[in-house]
Amino acid sequence: MSVYHLLIAPFVDYGFMRRALVACIALGLGSGPVGVLLMLRRMSLVGDAMSHAILPGAAIGFLIAGGLSLPAMGLGGLVAGLSVALLSGLVSRTTPLREDASFASFYLASLALGVLIISLRGSNIDLLHVLFGTILAIDATALFFVGGIASLSLVVLAIVYRPLVAECFDPGFLRAVGGRGPLYHLLFLFLVVINLVAGFQALGTLMAVGLMMLPAAVAQLWARTLPVMVVIAAGTAAVSGLFGLIISFHLGLASGPTIILTASLIYGGSILIGPSAAVRKYFPRPHLTG
Amino acid sequence: MTHAAIRLRDVTIAYDRHPAVHHLNGTFAAGSLTAVVGPNGAGKSTLLRAMMGELPLESGVIERDVLPVTDIGYLPQAAEIDRRFPLTVGDTVLLGAWRQAGAFGAISATSASEARCALSAVGLEGFERRHIGSLSAGQFQRVLFARLLLQDAGVILLDEPFTAIDARTTRDLLGIVQRWHRDGRTVIAVLDDFEQVRAHFPQTLLLARESVSSAPTETAMTAANLLRARTMAERWDEGAAICEPRDESAA
Repeated sequence: MSVYHLLIAPFVDYGFMRRALVACIALGLGSGPVGVLLMLRRMSLVGDAMSHAILPGAAIGFLIAGGLSLPAMGLGGLVAGLSVALLSGLVSRTTPLREDASFASFYLASLALGVLIISLRGSNIDLLHVLFGTILAIDATALFFVGGIASLSLVVLAIVYRPLVAECFDPGFLRAVGGRGPLYHLLFLFLVVINLVAGFQALGTLMAVGLMMLPAAVAQLWARTLPVMVVIAAGTAAVSGLFGLIISFHLGLASGPTIILTASLIYGGSILIGPSAAVRKYFPRPHLTG
Repeated sequence: MTHAAIRLRDVTIAYDRHPAVHHLNGTFAAGSLTAVVGPNGAGKSTLLRAMMGELPLESGVIERDVLPVTDIGYLPQAAEIDRRFPLTVGDTVLLGAWRQAGAFGAISATSASEARCALSAVGLEGFERRHIGSLSAGQFQRVLFARLLLQDAGVILLDEPFTAIDARTTRDLLGIVQRWHRDGRTVIAVLDDFEQVRAHFPQTLLLARESVSSAPTETAMTAANLLRARTMAERWDEGAAICEPRDESAA
């Protein structure tokens, strides 16, 4: 089997593979940078919680539209995700509970509610689609939706880059100089939610966060400056999409999990050979003069 | 830059209704250099945070004249910043130009050269491109002082700036504090080294929830006052009665 047949033919021959690939690259461009910032804010688990929180909204959209309709479910997911973000922010500010604890409580409730709503009407197949996504069934509308979200995320991140980074690094300083930190925090949570909604169609609620956190973790292992981290994260997500799709095509595996597993393999490889990797400790190099 | 006095009038700040700062009156004169000293739990950091507007006042007012809160440079206790954050020394210092550049404005050439000057003033010339993660604790404290230099604030609040910092860095940074004092800025520093206070700070506020003494350093830092401060701060009563408001004439 030639390289062409192995790597390129699937995308030339099949429209659904092309659309899936474009969707993965777009997802990577949006989710990668957002994931890096999420990790730097030590909110990795919040991303995970948030992706579950989207479920009841998506489920209500599913009920109203009477089937798997991305616009309805996306909109529902957006509303649900933002409500949970706001509510847990409110709870952590007014009670002694820390933000991660309140997120955990809200997302567990949301997950249960979402599964309940879908099982009211839909079949087990629908439930599987919502939980694990259907990246090979992405149509042009969904593609525009995902592409739009990625573009919006990149533009917003570019605009609020400085205050967002300042708020991550030293929130006290930003408060002191009167730079509205909570506003940027909220805007950032909004970006997290819309990127998870975008990933939701492709990878499902349970794995949408995979293309956000795994590339971010890989980036942290390789780079030491934020801009480079962002580029590596976006690239890792796109490459995971490409190879995940190719592997799943040739071996007949489910696409979503294969993509996430590809990202995990890259993560594992980075742990072994990256510049700040564990293995380096066992192969010490001589120190420099200064 | 505004040279402003800060006046405290009957300031009470409480955590869970227990006062950490209790009916405090006093003035930090414009251009003064004041050390805030006192035993643990005396409310020193609390007072600074309240002056930054980060804590609500239970009673009283903190008057800042025409000074906007953004014209106060504030250095909190160092532990609050994650030093593994992927940021360069140059970028960290340039955050001090926030009032000029804001969230979206361009960094002017003036700010950039001021940042370089600030770095060489704290003895870190040529460190711009280093990552903050590669600095020692003392070097990082120097970076934060460089950021304060760039902020060019009229009032500067330092919360234990020399705790766990080596002697040489402390000496260099005390030099910066003296320079601010010569510029006519109002500097208020929470300190725990009495030698340092006696040597470098003309004014002292000895705090033990209430003001024990607010005077020139040699008058305030007497053994009797220090002992009184310690006994006052150790008084913690779970079942304390409600503090009756005193009338103005008595206070």
